[in-house]
Amino acid sequence: MRITNHPILNFPEDRKRLTFVFNGKKILAFEGDSIASALHAAGYRMLSQSLKLHKPRGFFCAIGKCSSCEMEVDGVPNVKTCLEPVQEGMVVKSQLGWGTFPVRPKKRVYHRVKIPVKQVEVAVVGAGPAGLSAAIEAARHGARALLLDENHRIGGQLIKQTHMFFGSKEHYAKVRGIDIGTKLAEQCRDLAVEIAADCSVIGYFHPHELAAIEANRLLKVQAQKVIIACGASENMLSFEGNDLPGVYGAGGIQTLMNVYGVMPARRILMVGAGNIGVIVSYQLLQAGVDVVAVVEAAPTIGAYQVHASKLVRCGTPILTSHSIKQAYGVESVEGVTIVRLNENWEEIPGSEQELDVDAVCLAVGLNPAAELFFQAGCKMSFIPELGGNVVWHDENMQTSVEGLYVAGDVAGIEEASSAMLEGRLAGLSAVESLKTTTTVIQQQKEQIRQGLHALRTGPFGEKIRIGEKKMREANPA
Amino acid sequence: MSQYLRDGVLDLDDFELPSKQRREKGRVIIIECVQEIPCNPCSEICPRNAITIKGDITNIPQVDFEKCNGCGICIANCPGLAIFSVNESLGQEMAEVGIPYEFKPLPETGDSVDLIDRAGQVVGTGTVKRVLQPKSYDRTALIYLMVPRELSLQIRFFRKSLKSGNKKKS
Repeated sequence: MRITNHPILNFPEDRKRLTFVFNGKKILAFEGDSIASALHAAGYRMLSQSLKLHKPRGFFCAIGKCSSCEMEVDGVPNVKTCLEPVQEGMVVKSQLGWGTFPVRPKKRVYHRVKIPVKQVEVAVVGAGPAGLSAAIEAARHGARALLLDENHRIGGQLIKQTHMFFGSKEHYAKVRGIDIGTKLAEQCRDLAVEIAADCSVIGYFHPHELAAIEANRLLKVQAQKVIIACGASENMLSFEGNDLPGVYGAGGIQTLMNVYGVMPARRILMVGAGNIGVIVSYQLLQAGVDVVAVVEAAPTIGAYQVHASKLVRCGTPILTSHSIKQAYGVESVEGVTIVRLNENWEEIPGSEQELDVDAVCLAVGLNPAAELFFQAGCKMSFIPELGGNVVWHDENMQTSVEGLYVAGDVAGIEEASSAMLEGRLAGLSAVESLKTTTTVIQQQKEQIRQGLHALRTGPFGEKIRIGEKKMREANPA
Repeated sequence: MSQYLRDGVLDLDDFELPSKQRREKGRVIIIECVQEIPCNPCSEICPRNAITIKGDITNIPQVDFEKCNGCGICIANCPGLAIFSVNESLGQEMAEVGIPYEFKPLPETGDSVDLIDRAGQVVGTGTVKRVLQPKSYDRTALIYLMVPRELSLQIRFFRKSLKSGNKKKS
């Protein structure tokens, strides 16, 4: 089902139509759809099967991280259908097991291919709020910058944030996330930042060489400074039935409804009453989905009161000290059981309640995507307040590897507003060490640090303040 | 512990209300933003400087209810959709409530609606007085409702009523 009447977004009905074949059936899609979004719109939520037990699988993340949407596309197995755009006449098949290439060469032939090399001054990995901001600052101060992102559209998570942001004017307060993404992308283009979308960075090699995959070919990027702002991935929660199609991550749901205009469900249960949980619940209501309830295991709501209040007055209750016990269904979610928890977070027997829903959304936190830093040999620490393993960095966002910088959620889970500031700080620091420092750069850096400090004051910034302190105290040597 | 931390529902004691006299003089805003969060557009947008956030950006906005004339600009510009207006100068029976609204379809002037309180419960019926959505409101609409006067501080949402003679729209 498609969203037709949305208060914030516009999904015109006269978009170009495409058709492709899925398991022998003709499927109608709109131009810009991914294979997975078109299949969802046509009512198919089961995309693959687990390798050993052949249990049904649907996508969880919709950003190419969970790999439970892999299918055979035009004869090529293991294609992440959540990222792959639909093309006219494509042949898509469900895949059993590992998948095989249909044609095998008779003789093993190895070709010596010349790997293309790109040389830049500053390479930025990840085109979300942090990466875009970093590239903008680097380019503004005269560096040749390259921005790499594995997604088709740049903007990271901003492209699905329909709500107005908090902060002050300098942090794009009261501008909707989607519009901030557009503005930052425009600035990048104006500043002649080279943009490589659909390009996954798969490795970091000393000193400052990146391996990337672009159009199924290896690409080498040689940079003088590297800024990694590759974000985070969503946490899973363990409960019976959590692998059923119809159990989505909050970001995956947002992608479906706010990027592709597809109704993700009719009735849904939200798990987690942090900011993401309640904001996405509200966005689900705006898309026309019935959010039956929000369950939160903690005794109190973690989200800002204003976000919680605007959801609750629409009739969606937030049930604190409650959790999901089970999701059930044959091919996808057909219902859930929730349960009340006591003060020790244990299930209270007999308090189970059945809810009639066809989907579950998990908003139970994020985990920094720190793999590239591990590979680069950076000093890492496990800091729960920042979401998991984070890379040590100094006040300039530089890691323990000289010339390698970090920004955004991968430096510690926070808000997009602070990600933009961290990105700018990393971009300025990189350009400063590349060229020469100026009083203008120094003043800007000081302002940004003050801005970050301001965002982190107050009770909601406490976790970040503790996390940052722990990270700083970890010795980089 | 405050109840709103458990269920998201604010109590009238949780925030500052304009006095009865002020409400009876005409339209005035109510800000239902009780936590220290980093946000200040309301204080920047107010043309009469009636809203101030002193010191840190995380401080709670303070309203000078005498300066406020209820123009409503802040209502559509609050990222938390946490500002409302009330007007009790319209007689003994009815009062007017202003609500930010981000759903489709928009109601029309004259529509009968079910009136909903902070907890999401239907507590009465009213009518839509005016629907504003200029470009500067950036897709947030400002809806003015006429509500029974005793509910003037309770109503925070509405839904088109199904019973009374609303025209059916596809």
